[in-house]
Amino acid sequence: MQYGLTDEQEMIVSTVRSFVENEIYPHENLVERTGEVPKEIADEIKRKTLELGFYACNFPESVGGAGLNHLEFALVERELGRGSMALNHFFGRPQNILMACEGEQKERYLMPAVRGERMDALAMTEPGAGSDVRGMKCAARRDGGDWVVNGTKHFISGADHADFIIVFVATGEDMTPKGPKKRITAFLVDRGTPGFTIRDGYKSVSHRGYKNMILEFDDCRLSDAQVLGEVDGGFDVMNTWLYATRITVATMCVGRARRVFDYALTYSAEREQFGQQIGKFQGVGFQIADMITDIDAADLLTLAAADRLDQGLPANREIASAKLFASEMLARVTDAAIQIHGGMGLMDDYPLERFWRDARVERIWDGTSEIQRHIISRDLLRPLGA
Amino acid sequence: MKVLVPVKRVIDYNVKVRVKADGSGVDLANVKMSMNPFDEIAVEEAIRLKEAGKAEEVVAVSIGVKQAQETLRTALAMGADRAILVVAADDVHTDIEPLAVAKILAKIVEEEQPGLVLAGKQAIDNDMNATGQMLSALLGWSQGTFASELGVEGDHAVVTREVDGGLQTIKVKMPAIITVDLRLNEPRYASLPNIMKAKKKPLDEKTAADYGVDVTPRLAIVKTAEPEARAAGEIVPDVDTLVAKLKEKGVV
Repeated sequence: MQYGLTDEQEMIVSTVRSFVENEIYPHENLVERTGEVPKEIADEIKRKTLELGFYACNFPESVGGAGLNHLEFALVERELGRGSMALNHFFGRPQNILMACEGEQKERYLMPAVRGERMDALAMTEPGAGSDVRGMKCAARRDGGDWVVNGTKHFISGADHADFIIVFVATGEDMTPKGPKKRITAFLVDRGTPGFTIRDGYKSVSHRGYKNMILEFDDCRLSDAQVLGEVDGGFDVMNTWLYATRITVATMCVGRARRVFDYALTYSAEREQFGQQIGKFQGVGFQIADMITDIDAADLLTLAAADRLDQGLPANREIASAKLFASEMLARVTDAAIQIHGGMGLMDDYPLERFWRDARVERIWDGTSEIQRHIISRDLLRPLGA
Repeated sequence: MKVLVPVKRVIDYNVKVRVKADGSGVDLANVKMSMNPFDEIAVEEAIRLKEAGKAEEVVAVSIGVKQAQETLRTALAMGADRAILVVAADDVHTDIEPLAVAKILAKIVEEEQPGLVLAGKQAIDNDMNATGQMLSALLGWSQGTFASELGVEGDHAVVTREVDGGLQTIKVKMPAIITVDLRLNEPRYASLPNIMKAKKKPLDEKTAADYGVDVTPRLAIVKTAEPEARAAGEIVPDVDTLVAKLKEKGVV
């Protein structure tokens, strides 16, 4: 087994880390206070990312990306995870599901997304369809040669800045022995399409400024040219491209945890109580030991899962384990960091209360911890007939 | 014109430096190392000269332990064309003294014949601020130290120097040694395509012996100590008390 990074990978890590420290950190308090990313700042982050050749680095060279493999991309996202999600959204990483674009779709959606000219978002979740994706009500019916869409999507991250959105919609229903099962189709929907509205969603305690939006479809007319993949083939494109996105959550949790840890470590070495540095008390020192062990374990689990993808090995269970463990690790680490800081940890003079709030969503989005446990256990038990 | 840029691997500027228990130096085991920030500025300036069409090739050189290869890769990823590593020590705690570094550089200059040597004004580990000046003396070349602006005009370099009390602009004949100060430029990040290309760029490995230079230390470090801890401050209730206290201490 090989555990070390190559020189190139080390340089990727150090470049992205410097970028986050210099270009993202300084704006974090503003975004946290206002809940918005000012356009000038967003544009500047995007411009610099493009200049550095990191924009859409997850895309193959054949379409103008940098062709990083899964492991390298995981390293990029791990370092990005240190910083604000609202800001590093502009360190553009378009959804790799766009690789499913065919024919004219490539020039209209894929290439402009890779070049940073058009931003994308992905919409699956509905008020009544969270973990139960197939429970979606948003539906398209045939009308002439077109599709007419009605329904609502919510929790759509990035939709506020998106020029187009990949929307999963029910396009029919099959009867199966287990009852009716919806057929799903993915559509590429342009902002400004008549009958399609993007509006502000709820105010979240996690990741302020990284807004969750609500999409409304009211007799929105779409053509067959906007179908991504096959009609009724939404689950196929989803399964081909989306399951790896859970690695994003895992890596970002690891990056964030390392940043949190640095605060805890420094404070333990500097803060004095009862005449000595608090890190010298076992109660604190052992917490530091547990935190770094937890973080390193999550880091290795995540990179190993990404590496399996690069090797073409089945990785669904490993990715689920990484997402589950890393997001729960971040909860433990942010909590311990606040405990070490005492009352000051809860004050907004330190970013720790923010890290703690931000951490909460990681166990929920991109598949809750329960869904991950379901994936892992089914992967192991189904072959045994249980 | 070719530009030669010596770069040094030093303790990262973000690392809190710890003195070794026996006072013989600074603990470098498992410590993050990076390119000396002043050298990074020199690399950036060299690349800018190339981009402006005033230089054809940028060659980075590092003298020290084998791990300095990483520092050279960083320079290559920033945009240097090739690199020369001179292995002169096995132990990361061995610092090659400025005179030995300058002598090796002088030999490399003879081989490479650059029009300009761009170096950091000093390394942040021991703040010697000597290598550039020594190299200039060894070669008999002009020097411009503490550069905060650099212009190349024909066979002359116009250097704005940060001196005590202001700025001094001098014109030196090239080939020349220019040592760079903090405000000369803001070094770029390595771009992803350049990071990927860095590995394919040539990196020659040499030893101090190849240049016939004796790197045995001439200086003995007597003691290394942490700076004295700052005494605790005092919070005063109002401006009047502050002024009274300052007067009492004879500061105002």
